Parts: sequence; structure tokens; C-alpha cells
Amino acid sequence: MADKKDIDEISGVETTGHEWDGLKELNNPLPRWWLWVLYATIIWAVGYWILMPSWPLINDHTRGLLGHSDRAVVVERIEALEALRRERGGRLIEASLDEVVETPALLEFAMASGRGAFGDNCAGCHGAGGAGAPGYPNLNDDNWLWGGTLEDIQESILYGIRSDHPQTRLGDMPAFGRDGILDIEEMRAVAAYVRGLSGLEVAEGADLDLGATVYADYCAACHGPAGEGSRDLGAPDLSNNIWLYGADVETIVTSVREGRASVMPAWEGRLDPVTTKALAVYVHSLGGGE
Amino acid sequence: MTDKPADKLLGNDEAGVFALLFWTAVACLLIVAKTQDPAMEIHAWFGLVASVAGAFALIVHASERRGTPPDEIGGKPNYHMGPVKLATALGAFWGVVGFAAGLFIALQMTFPALNLDLPWTTFGRLRPVHTSAVIFAFGGNVLIATSFYVVQRTCRARLAGGMWPWLVVWGYNAFIVIAASGYVLGVTQSKEYAEPEWYADLWLTIVWVIYLLVFLGTLWKRKEPHIYVANWFFLAFIVTIAMLHVVNNLAIPVSLTSSKSYIVWAGVQDAMTQWWYGHNAVGFFLTAGFLGIMYYFIPKRAERPVYSYRLSIIHFWSLIFLYIWAGPHHLHYTSVPQWAQTLGMTFSIMLWMPSWGGMINGIMTLSGAWDRLRTDPVLRMMVVSVAFYGMATFEGPLMSIRAVNSLSHYTDWTIGHVHSGALGWVGFISFGAIYCLVPWLWEKKRLYSLRAVEWHFWIATIGIVLYITAMWVAGIMQGLMWRAYTELGFLEYSFVESIDAMFPYYLIRALGGALFVIGSLIMVWNLWMTARHGEPAEEAAPRTLAAQPAE
Amino acid sequence: MWEKHRAFERNSIFLTVGILIVVSIGGLVELVPNFYLKSTIEDVEGMRPYTPLELKGRNIYIREGCYNCHSQQIRVLRDEVDRYGHYSLAAESMYDHPFQWGSKRTGPDLARVGGKYSDEWHRDHLIDPQSVVPSSIMPAYPFLADAPITGREIQRSLEIHQRLGVPYSDEMVENAAVDVFAQASPDHPAAADFAERYPGVAVRAFDGDPRRVTEMDALIAYMQMLGTLVDFDLYDGQADINLR
Ligand code: HEC
Ligand code: HEC
Ligand code: HEC
Ligand code: HEM
Ligand code: HEM
Ligand SMILES: [Ca+2]
Ligand SMILES: [Ca+2]
Ligand SMILES: [Cu+2]
Repeated sequence: MADKKDIDEISGVETTGHEWDGLKELNNPLPRWWLWVLYATIIWAVGYWILMPSWPLINDHTRGLLGHSDRAVVVERIEALEALRRERGGRLIEASLDEVVETPALLEFAMASGRGAFGDNCAGCHGAGGAGAPGYPNLNDDNWLWGGTLEDIQESILYGIRSDHPQTRLGDMPAFGRDGILDIEEMRAVAAYVRGLSGLEVAEGADLDLGATVYADYCAACHGPAGEGSRDLGAPDLSNNIWLYGADVETIVTSVREGRASVMPAWEGRLDPVTTKALAVYVHSLGGGE
Repeated sequence: MTDKPADKLLGNDEAGVFALLFWTAVACLLIVAKTQDPAMEIHAWFGLVASVAGAFALIVHASERRGTPPDEIGGKPNYHMGPVKLATALGAFWGVVGFAAGLFIALQMTFPALNLDLPWTTFGRLRPVHTSAVIFAFGGNVLIATSFYVVQRTCRARLAGGMWPWLVVWGYNAFIVIAASGYVLGVTQSKEYAEPEWYADLWLTIVWVIYLLVFLGTLWKRKEPHIYVANWFFLAFIVTIAMLHVVNNLAIPVSLTSSKSYIVWAGVQDAMTQWWYGHNAVGFFLTAGFLGIMYYFIPKRAERPVYSYRLSIIHFWSLIFLYIWAGPHHLHYTSVPQWAQTLGMTFSIMLWMPSWGGMINGIMTLSGAWDRLRTDPVLRMMVVSVAFYGMATFEGPLMSIRAVNSLSHYTDWTIGHVHSGALGWVGFISFGAIYCLVPWLWEKKRLYSLRAVEWHFWIATIGIVLYITAMWVAGIMQGLMWRAYTELGFLEYSFVESIDAMFPYYLIRALGGALFVIGSLIMVWNLWMTARHGEPAEEAAPRTLAAQPAE
Repeated sequence: MWEKHRAFERNSIFLTVGILIVVSIGGLVELVPNFYLKSTIEDVEGMRPYTPLELKGRNIYIREGCYNCHSQQIRVLRDEVDRYGHYSLAAESMYDHPFQWGSKRTGPDLARVGGKYSDEWHRDHLIDPQSVVPSSIMPAYPFLADAPITGREIQRSLEIHQRLGVPYSDEMVENAAVDVFAQASPDHPAAADFAERYPGVAVRAFDGDPRRVTEMDALIAYMQMLGTLVDFDLYDGQADINLR
């Protein structure tokens, strides 16, 4: 571009003839390979535009020759997945518990799918291995709040417990303290008594007689005369030293004072029927199935 | 220009800066008086104190000097390097802060107890502190410093605007302080890389327009007939960031005394606007701006001409044209219409060669001077930086392909990609430029210790390699675990299992980050020693006065 | 031809205008049609604006930076639909100023977390995530439970949304500062009015304590409604208008 030619000594290439703060530019041509790859990407892009939805117009956008739609594709892929599941485990839905347990293919299927679904949906509350946490029952033991048969478990899962599902399992523990039914002395007494039901050490000076009276008057209706609990009401067994919330006096008093009504969400609608059945089998097989 | 008569206290430029600071102080005072929002109150106090201090410093400065500094002394340009020095020093400072913040959040992801259960120290609030500190505070100060330096030297003209460049640097850093302290206090718009709230955005808009005017004004005054290629990139960076910033941040504040605002865009349109902004923050802040740095500092340091003028032209225009379209590659398979995703992907692929044009021009500029890589760790740092740039801009188009993105999106693969660009490219080219600038600006013969640069180079390089390889493995593993199916047709892993699997990689990443931080501390020490104890440059030609080849 | 470029190199205004034109095109073509093309947002049943309490919760979600770890966008991919539920629709975020789709999944997607857990679980989890999920790397937010909510700014917030086209009625705007408390306290005198203004919306003590309304209430109220609005029984994803 400049009038006089300025040649860079080292490379022998002409410069553009300008200099800024000692800097010059060589007039090398565009690298060939670079240019060709650029053209290739442009041609590829044009081809892609022709085939796929791409350019916006006035009322619509170009739809592309392939008529591709992600939303249609994913529906197909999900359907294929469900077909595979039906094929491999479809009989799970009709099969009885015995059948599932006795048919290795069905059991394997149920365990495989149950394990996967449990991790993402249940482990948050019941723990990765189903061992539970305070307020969230252990699913490994044979102590069931609502029943441990396959049907019971499936019902707990499908409709939830105190959930917003119309068929949910219901049964709250009243708030005896907050609602002014029992005073603190009575609550401490009944807490001591309840500990005694499980054979736990009872604090010195606890009024067990008062505790027994209160228990018979207010608690036995749900938790049973000997503390054996009630599966119809979801009232825990208070005599087996397995605790949902905890065994110390303070926690028991809190249970009595504030009441308890822990919630297990309903999974019908969120998980498909094969998965919920598989989960029931999985939970059932964790150790305590009846 | 703004010639100041000897009998006047303030020149036009000084009066202008003073007026801006005055009105800012008034606005802050009103807010302090009326606001009920604790965060806003803190920020208004900060704004009040800062603008009063600024106005005070301005008056003191003006009363001590007579007349306007001349544009030229003895026929040579009288460069204005004060703001450049300040921005360089602040860039190095914020770099260390930002890297340390990165290290801290990396450790939080490994050991969550480090969240400390306090509102101000949780990962969710500190992550934007890291991203803003490294991109805007570190990167931004380096960009302001280099662009002000380069535009003066390659135009042979003193920086335009008299006092205004000082306002750009101080004003920009005030923005940084407001932004970062805001996140810690819970003030954020939640738009990635645009998190600062409406009042910080507004202040940045003012500062940015002044930045543009100073830059353009200097181009306007130039003594060279042609505008040097580095300045094309700087100009594109400044202009485009202004456009992106204004559109993406449009918001309605709850009230003028509240720190909270609502973005005017919603849902899909907001997502498109955000990633139009977000991607081009990468394209224009982290790419075009730093290419401007590359185009000055590599040929300068290598003492070689730029490889190809024609390539500069083609890759400049194609880069800035194509970059803008690529945003939707951040939104593949989302509820953004598929046509937009197609455009995002195809334009990202077409962007590959224009990006590599910069790499070719950077690396090939060394032809004839390759041997210098062995002896000059500063030049080596910049060349390795360009290689990382090439890598990130190969990986980027790859990740833009929808099928690849279906795996990489949401995972640590993106984080790996980000940091090969951020640590490798942005970090190293900035270090290179700072290592060049400090001896020039403080008029020293050379850096205090080249061996320390050598150490910095190797420690940081090992850090980067650890960081990005760990994140590639982690990201690909996450992607594969999330989509893995058993042969019976069920998801194989729960989400939590993928978290458990990340632990070793997060630990390695933190180790890599620690090395990078150590490297930057070595740099700061070296710069300090250079500025304080370096051997003075020869009297004859102080760099701040006139053109002179590199040492 | 290279000489032609001189015009830009020699004139800073040409260069600036040239840059402006070149960088405007892509944005205009990609952004503008999303505002006028009908196919951008699907036609669905069930979308409603956030209640004042949910909006407060959403603001807390933003303030705490939850979006840095959680996406709210289920992509149209088999494994995501399988793990998290129906893919997200554009319509589901059409009242979101700003959107919260996120870009990194350090934690799971939250687009359909509503109803997945109980309020108690959210409370336990936010106060100490490791207590319920031992290997969680999520920070703890115990301070939310102790931070009472104020009615300040909420009315103005709804008003701004209304101005931006979110279908709040004037009545909703006027009562925002009361509704924000009513939704979390079933015994509140305005609870019945609230239920009328926002039919079908849950009114309960989300943080377990009906006596005070805290940030924990707001955040849980927001969590519990995420992804629950659109009635997917009535939504035809295969209808032409919804295939994009
Ligand atoms: C929000 C937490 C939560 C989640 C998530 C959860 N559960 Fe539960 N689950 C509970 C609580 C709380 C109970 C106990 C309710 C009670 O006290 O009556 C329970 C009870 C049960 C029971 C009845 C136990 C018994 O002793 O009768 C079964 C079975 C069960 N859950 C299985 C599951 C399965 C399978 C999943 C996943 C699909 C799941 N749960 C998810 C909280 C949860
Ligand atoms: C109306 C039925 C009902 C009555 C009456 C009742 N309970 Fe309960 N109780 C329940 C139910 C249901 C639960 C389980 C709630 C849950 O799962 O969250 C429960 C839970 C408990 C628990 C917690 C168990 C654990 O494992 O941590 C204790 C302790 C308890 N009750 C004691 C009592 C005492 C003492 C009384 C009498 C003062 C009483 N209950 C009266 C229904 C009742
Ligand atoms: C450091 C990253 C991080 C931040 C910040 C974070 N989370 Fe999480 N979150 C996680 C991780 C990891 C998990 C998965 C393990 C678990 O359940 O705790 C998770 C899980 C969750 C879940 C359960 C999702 C499910 O379906 O199982 C909810 C709900 C949640 N987070 C809400 C929030 C909210 C609300 C905030 C902000 C106040 C937040 N998170 C901030 C990392 C984070
Ligand atoms: C010591 C060095 C650094 C360390 C240890 C570090 C660490 C981190 C961590 C842990 C994250 C969060 C990742 C996640 O959420 O999964 C992150 C994000 C990020 N960092 Fe860094 N970082 C470092 C340096 C840098 C530098 C120098 C830059 C830019 C110049 C940078 C830019 C970013 C960006 C843009 C993100 C957000 C990425 C995204 O959202 O996809 N970082 N960094
Ligand atoms: C041709 C050039 C490039 C292309 C096409 C490209 C493409 C991409 C893609 C596809 C993603 C992932 C989006 C997602 O899945 O969420 C991404 C993320 C990112 N890239 Fe690049 N990239 C390029 C160059 C660079 C460079 C040079 C940097 C410099 C630092 C960079 C910084 C980032 C950042 C910060 C993100 C994270 C954005 C977020 O927060 O999600 N990219 N890029
Ligand atoms: Ca902003
Ligand atoms: Ca991100
Ligand atoms: Cu991008």
C-alpha cells in the first residue's frame, strides 16, 4: 500500500510500510488452509440451515427439510424406554409378591429399577441405604408404621402419608401441650412412662403412676394399651425401642407437646406405575418386608 | 483541548469531573438520608465518601499546578501514564484477590464446612465475587491500563480528556467495590457476569461512556495516519460492551432508595438476552480486548512485525460479526426455540477460524525469533497464552455442537473450558503485559528478577494443567453418569452419586488453583521489587516520553 | 481490495460506526423474533403469577445465589425428563423477571422440585443439608429461619411486574403487603381473602411455626410451587404450535 517497498530482513516478506511505536506488519497472504477451513465451516452451516429449523421469518421460522423437532424426538425416546421396561419387567405389575420373589428376572428387574429411583427420590429423606434419619423412618428394619406387606408399602409410596393426595394415609398426633390438654408435669410423667414401655431407664423420681394414668387416658387409643402402636393410624409402636424422632425425654416431651405429623410425599403421577411397584419390591427387600 | 488559563483554578476537564463527583455526592447524600435498605445505605455512604474524597483530591491537585499539561514536549508526545500506572497496579492487586477467591470457592466445593454457616460466606454469594473479581476487576483494569498505554503509543498522542482518564480508572474500581461488596451483602440481579444491581450498572454506564470518549478522543488526536490493529480490537471491545451492558441490564428499581430491581425481560427473552450478553462478554471482554493486548505486546516483546496484515483485517471483522450470533449455544435443548439454537451452533462453528486467525497472527509473529522463547519467560508466557487461546477456541466450537453440549452443559466440562480460556489465555497474556508494562511505566531498565518470572511461569502452568485436566475428567464423568442407563432401561446413578465421584477432582482443582495463586504472589513481589528497587532506565529516553524499541 | 480497508484505518468514526453496524446484526436477528413469533411461548393451562410470599422467596433464592449451583431448566433430553420430569416449557418462565435457568448443576435441577419433599424436609435441609444428605456439598442456611419477613417493597414489586405485563390484578397489588403474611399463617384474618385471590394456592406454616413469617417460609413456599403450575394433562406437546 505504501509507495516505497519495505522488506522485512529476516523473513524476506514485504511489510505494509507503516510503523507504530516501532511495530510493523508483514503483508503475508491469508494462510490457505485457514481460508479453506473457514469456507468449509460456512458451507456446512448453510447445509445445516437447509435441513434444520433455523432462520426466523415474519410469522414463522424455516422448519428445515428434515422436519426435526427435539420435542418429538424425546417423546419417541421416552416411549422406547417405556417399551423396553414393559418388555423386561412388564409382568411386575400383575405379578404377586411371591411370584416376584421367585422369578429371578422379575426380582432383578425390580431391584435394578428400584435402586435407581430410590437414589434420586427417596434417599433425601430415608438415606442412601434406607436407614432413615430423625423424623424419617428406617426402611431396613421390620418395624413398620403403616405396614410392611408389598401392598402396604406400595400404598405408602403411591399416596404418601399426610400428603396432598386425596387417598393419602392420615393420622396426626395431637399437640397435647400446645393445645393445653396436658401440663408440663403430666407430659414429663408420660414421657417417663413411655420410656419405661421400651425398657429404658426411667429417671429417678419420675411419677410413673401419673404417667400410666395419662397414658391410658390420652395415648392408648392410638398407641395401644401396651404401646404396641396402630398401623391404621400410623401411630408408632412405643414399646420396641425404635424411635422415629428420638428416645430422650426432651424429644418425647416435644412429641407430646407439639404433636407430630411428618409428611411423606405422594409419588403417583410423579413416578410411573412400573417404577413405584419396583420401588415397593425394593423397599420390601431391604430387610423387613412382611 | 481544555487549555487552562493560569488564573483559573479548574480547567474545563477538571470542572467536568468535579461536577460529576459533586452530583454523585449529592445523590448519595439523598439516598443515605432516605433509604431503609441496609445494603443501599452502605453503598451510598461509600459513594458519598469516595466522591467527596475524589473531589477533594481534584481540588488539591488543581491548586498545585498551573496550566494544562502540554500535549507535546520538545516535539515529542507527553504521554499521560499516571492512570495507566494506577490501573496496572490495581489489576495485579485484584488478580490476587480474585484468584484467592477462586481458590476459596474451589475449597468450599471440596469441604462444604468452609461455607461457615454465615450469610456472607456461602458459595452462592462468593462465586460471583470470584467471577467479577477476575473478569472485571483483574481483566478490566489490565484492559484499561493496556488500552490507554497502547492507544497513546501507537497514535503518538497524549491521552485525551485531561483529568477524565483518572475518573475512568477510579470510577471503574469504585464500581468493582460496589459490585463485590454487594454480592457479599446479597445484592445481585442473578444475571451471570452482569450481577451488579441497577445503581452499579448505571454508574458503570457513565464510566464506560467516558472511557469510550477518552479512547476515541485519543484516536482522533493521533499523529499516525493509520489506526493500529490493536486499537481496532480495543475499540470493538469498548463499543460492544457498552451495547451489551445497557440492553442486558435494563431494569426497573423498586425505588430509588432500594438496592432491588426487576429486569424488564422475562423468561425465554431474558435467557436469550442474557446469553447474547454473556457469550459476548467472553467475545468482546475476554477475547477482543485481550487480542488488542496481544497485537501490541507480542510483536513488541519479540521485536518482530505482526505476521499478516490481511489476516488481521479478515479475522477482525469476521470475529466481531460472528461472535454476536453464538449466544444461544448456552441454551441448547432448553425451552428457547430450536431455530435460535441452530443459529447459535452454526455461527459458533463458523467462528472457529476467525478465532484462530488471532492465534496464527500471534504465534507466527515469532517466526524468526523462536529462540527467544528459551531465554525470555515473559514472551514465553504470552505465547503459551495464545496457545491456550487456540485451545479454548477449538474446544468452544466443539462444545457448541448440540450433541456434545447435551453432555457438557451444566457440568464441570464448562468450568474446564472457562479456565483454559481464563487462566491460560486471559491470565497469561495479562501477566505478560504487566511484566512488560511495569518496567516501562516505572522507568526501569528491566524486571527485578527474570528467574522469578521463570518460577511464576512453571508453577502457574502446572496449576493450569491440573485445573483443566481435573475438570475435563470431572465434567465428562458427570455428563456420562447423569445419562447412564442400565440395560433394563433405568437410570444407573442417582445425582448424589455423581457428587460423591467429584471429590478427588475438586481436590486436584483446588491444588491447581493454589499453584496459580502462588504464582501470582511471586509476580506481585517481583513487580513490587521492580518498581521500588529496579535499576533505573537510562536517562536519555524515558519510555513515557517517546518512541523507543524494547530493551 | 486491501486498500479499501484504509477508510476504516484512517477514520476513527468510520471504524466505530462500522463496528456498531457489524455487531448489531446478529443480536437483532436472534433477539427480536422471540418477541413477535407466536411459536416462542406455548399455549398452556395453569400458569399464574407468583404470590407475594413466593416472590419474596424467589428474591431470597436470587440473593443467596442458589442459581450458581441449581438449574431450573429440564432440557429436552431423555435422561433429564426421566430424572426430573417433563421438559421445561417456555411458558413456565414467562413471568420470571429475571429467568433462573442457571448454567451449572452442582446440585440437582429444581425446575420441578415442588411437592417432591415435605416442608419439614426443606427446613431440615436448608438448616443443615448434611443432616439429611450426608454427602451434600450444599451450604447451610440456618439464618433464614431467624429472619422475619417485612412487607416493605412487596406491593411495589407486584406493581412493577404488573407494569411489565405479568397478570396481577389491582386487588392483588393492593393487598400484597397483607397477603405475604396471610399465606404463611393459616389463622391470619386475611387468609380467606388470600385464598380467594389465589385459588388453589397452599396456605400453611411452611417453616412449621404459624406464629411468625420468616424468610424460611418464603423460600420454602417458592420451592414447593416450582414446576407445579402447568397442567400437563391438558398440554399437548405434540401439537403443531408446540413443536419447535
Ligand atoms: C420428604 C421426605 C420423604 C421422601 C422424599 C420419601 N419419604 Fe418415605 N416417608 C417419609 C416420612 C416422614 C415417613 C413416615 C411418615 C410417618 O411418620 O407416618 C415415610 C414413610 C415411608 C414408608 C412407610 C414406612 C412405614 O414404616 O410404614 C415407606 C414404605 C416409604 N416412606 C417409602 C418411600 C419411598 C420408596 C420413597 C421414594 C419414592 C420415599 N419414601 C420418599 C418421608 C419421605
Ligand atoms: C390420634 C392418635 C394419637 C394419640 C392420641 C397419641 N399419639 Fe403419639 N403418635 C401418633 C402418630 C400418628 C405418631 C407418628 C407421627 C409421625 O409419624 O410423624 C405418633 C408419634 C408419637 C411419638 C414419637 C415416636 C417416635 O418414634 O419418635 C411419641 C413419643 C408419641 N407419639 C407419644 C404419645 C403419647 C405419650 C401420647 C399421649 C399423651 C400420644 N402419643 C398420643 C398418634 C397419636
Ligand atoms: C454449593 C452449591 C449449592 C448451593 C449454593 C445451593 N445448593 Fe442446593 N444443592 C446442592 C447440592 C450438591 C445438592 C444435592 C445434595 C443435597 O440434596 O443436599 C443440593 C440439593 C438441593 C435441593 C434438593 C433437590 C432434590 O431434588 O433433591 C434443594 C431443594 C436445594 N438444594 C435448594 C437450594 C436452595 C434454595 C439454595 C439457596 C438458598 C441452594 N440449594 C443453594 C448444592 C448447592
Ligand atoms: C486460582 C485460580 C482460580 C481458581 C481456583 C478458580 C476457581 C473457580 C471455581 C471453583 C469456580 C466455580 C465453578 C463451579 O461453580 O463449578 C470458578 C468459576 C469461574 N471462574 Fe475461576 N478460578 C480461578 C481463576 C479464574 C480466572 C483467572 C478467571 C478469569 C479470568 C476465572 C473465571 C471464572 C469464570 C468465568 C467462572 C464461571 C464459570 C461458569 O459459570 O461457567 N477464574 N472458578
Ligand atoms: C470460538 C470461541 C468459543 C466458543 C464457540 C465457545 C463456546 C462455548 C460453549 C459452547 C460454552 C458452554 C455453554 C454451556 O453449555 O453452558 C462456553 C462456555 C464458556 N466459555 Fe467459551 N467458547 C469460546 C471461547 C472462549 C474463550 C476464549 C473464553 C475465555 C475465557 C471462553 C469463556 C467461556 C465462559 C466464561 C463460559 C461459561 C459461561 C457460563 O457461565 O455458563 N470461551 N463457551
Ligand atoms: Ca447488572
Ligand atoms: Ca455459569
Ligand atoms: Cu459462549
